[in-house]
Amino acid sequence: MSAKKKSKNPAKTAVKEKRQIAAKLVPIYIMGKRYEVPEGLTIMKAMEYAGYILIRGCGCRGGTCGACGTVYRKPGDYKLQVALACQKTVEPDMYIAQIPFFPANRALYDFAGLTAAPEEVFKLYPEMFRCVACNSCTKACPQGIEVMDAISALKQGNIAGAAQLSFDCIQCGLCTSRCFGELAQYHMFQLARRIYGARIVPRAEHLAGMVKAVNEGRYDRFLDELRQVKEDELKKLYQEREVEPMTAGEDWKPKDTRYL
Amino acid sequence: MSLAYYPGCTLKTRARNLEESAVASMEALGFKLDEVPRWNCCGAVYSLADDDLIHRVAPVRNLIRVKKQGKTELVTLCAFCLNTLKRANLLMREDVEKRNTLNDFIDEGIDYSGEVKVVHLLEVLRDDIGWEALSQKVKLPLRELKAAPYYGCTLLRPREVAIDDVEDPTILREFLKALGASPVDFPESTRCCGSYQVISSPDDIAEYARPILNSALSHGAEAMVLTCPLCDYNLGQGQKELIKKQSGFREMPLLYFTQLLALALGLGPQVCHFELNHGSPEALLKGKNLLSQSRSVQPIGG
Amino acid sequence: MYVTISPKRSRREFVKKVKELSGQNLQLCYQCGMCSGNCPAVANMDISPRRIIELARLGLDEEIAGSKTVWTCASCLACAVNCPRGFDLSKVMEAIRLLTLRKNIDHIRPEDISPQQRCELPQIAMVSGLRKFTG
Repeated sequence: MSAKKKSKNPAKTAVKEKRQIAAKLVPIYIMGKRYEVPEGLTIMKAMEYAGYILIRGCGCRGGTCGACGTVYRKPGDYKLQVALACQKTVEPDMYIAQIPFFPANRALYDFAGLTAAPEEVFKLYPEMFRCVACNSCTKACPQGIEVMDAISALKQGNIAGAAQLSFDCIQCGLCTSRCFGELAQYHMFQLARRIYGARIVPRAEHLAGMVKAVNEGRYDRFLDELRQVKEDELKKLYQEREVEPMTAGEDWKPKDTRYL
Repeated sequence: MSLAYYPGCTLKTRARNLEESAVASMEALGFKLDEVPRWNCCGAVYSLADDDLIHRVAPVRNLIRVKKQGKTELVTLCAFCLNTLKRANLLMREDVEKRNTLNDFIDEGIDYSGEVKVVHLLEVLRDDIGWEALSQKVKLPLRELKAAPYYGCTLLRPREVAIDDVEDPTILREFLKALGASPVDFPESTRCCGSYQVISSPDDIAEYARPILNSALSHGAEAMVLTCPLCDYNLGQGQKELIKKQSGFREMPLLYFTQLLALALGLGPQVCHFELNHGSPEALLKGKNLLSQSRSVQPIGG
Repeated sequence: MYVTISPKRSRREFVKKVKELSGQNLQLCYQCGMCSGNCPAVANMDISPRRIIELARLGLDEEIAGSKTVWTCASCLACAVNCPRGFDLSKVMEAIRLLTLRKNIDHIRPEDISPQQRCELPQIAMVSGLRKFTG
């Protein structure tokens, strides 16, 4: 933009510049059809800009629900890339298709009857043994999970390992969509995480003890006292409360030991 | 000395007895079995089709992991895994076109062309330690236990992967003699146990087991020595069926070769996990006074 | 066993495919029967391995499809190491199996394996069985 054309009013210039920047459009291909969408939009917003009304394949818009699994490709490149439509910004000439739902096999089970034995997973998902370690699942994961390694852990009977490796799984189903052996990895991992959380992870004993104490009414008196305190006094109490220092050792105790 | 070691899925669950007795025994012999990091299932069977590449990916990926570690030899305990890994290795050495395609597909960062040597633990005992040296380390000789060595298929077939003579193998015989046992040779020691037919025709397994077990028993065997968890399962199940079907059939303890090795080295039954074995070996071993902890060195046959 | 051999029934395509997949020259077999003699599963087969090779050589895929031989084979390789002509029957068995499996027709389904078996079987049994019997 040359100096001559600059308007004397800076506010007007700002608005004009903003409009011109916003007007830059890039071409993308949604299911093979070409659209021009503003640069800087996410794939999801770009699809909506192009006129698609998303009633499926769209959820939290925040990268955690796994509804908007998307596969795309750039021209000249044979490799398929994956992303979440709500997180990934459009790039010029992207070829996009979504896999909003994949009909993966999900075993039916009564969780209460399951133990922590690895055989529980073998029983419910025997197709797990069709895995050929091709690694297509790992390449398809938008969360960067080592899917093949997690399945390998399940095959070895290591439920805890599979649960830990699949911690970031958002159940988008892209792994299954690419799986040579037709495994429903994300369902298997969910089972592993459920078993891990309910049967393998040790229970926090101090938490159980605390809950018991609360239910027995140990803190009722203190709570009643606090309920009587006026708002200003309450604020003062809160601001002046004793906080355990970051560098405190195992044997640190607060000055006021009434609540211990 | 550290050896790159490939366990295989089954050794982490059902065949813990094979693995733990092996790891403990090798440690007593001065070798550390170092698990290959991030190993995955090898695929168990080797695909026999000429155009099939996808089923070679799994074993080759494991070999690449060994190469990345800078190791040149890979030791396995499970005979099934040995067969698959070794044949995939040969493919990578001999077939240039398939090697290139597989290397392109398995993008693990480095190319592989068969640099690693795949061996079974029995080969390590025979070639790197030697029977003479092994027998000197025996603290509890196996009191002439009449053990029938059973090879099955995968250690000896096809010829290019055989760890011993295909027609007349002797490696397990030498192994058992070094430990002070009395090997019982029998003609069906290389006959197939039925392998994966247990999945599609579980009722046939007893018939696969019958000639093998009867032959061993009729030659005077007290126990059978195995190297493969699938043989263990098939023969174990077969025995249970044969007790019902064949009058007078006697069940026999099925032992892994590494369990006998651990006992002979004086490591005691704790590392052996006999509760996972078929045929109740504890009764037999107790009767032979083989279940106690390490004793002082005794001369073999003395 | 009576088999009608005629140019009409002999499927050249089938023979070609079997040769390609197995890499074996079906003409090598001279029907000595060593394979059947060594096969541990022959008692469970309706058509012996030796006969299967002859049927394959003649392109009679219908007879082979009607038999359960290739699905009873345990890939133990006893036939292959004992064949005097160095002919690898196990590869021919695999080729015939694959011609069915690659049409998306599986021989077993994982759900047909009883839950108890799924708990008890060593993993190598599940992996190998599913590899040989499903596509």
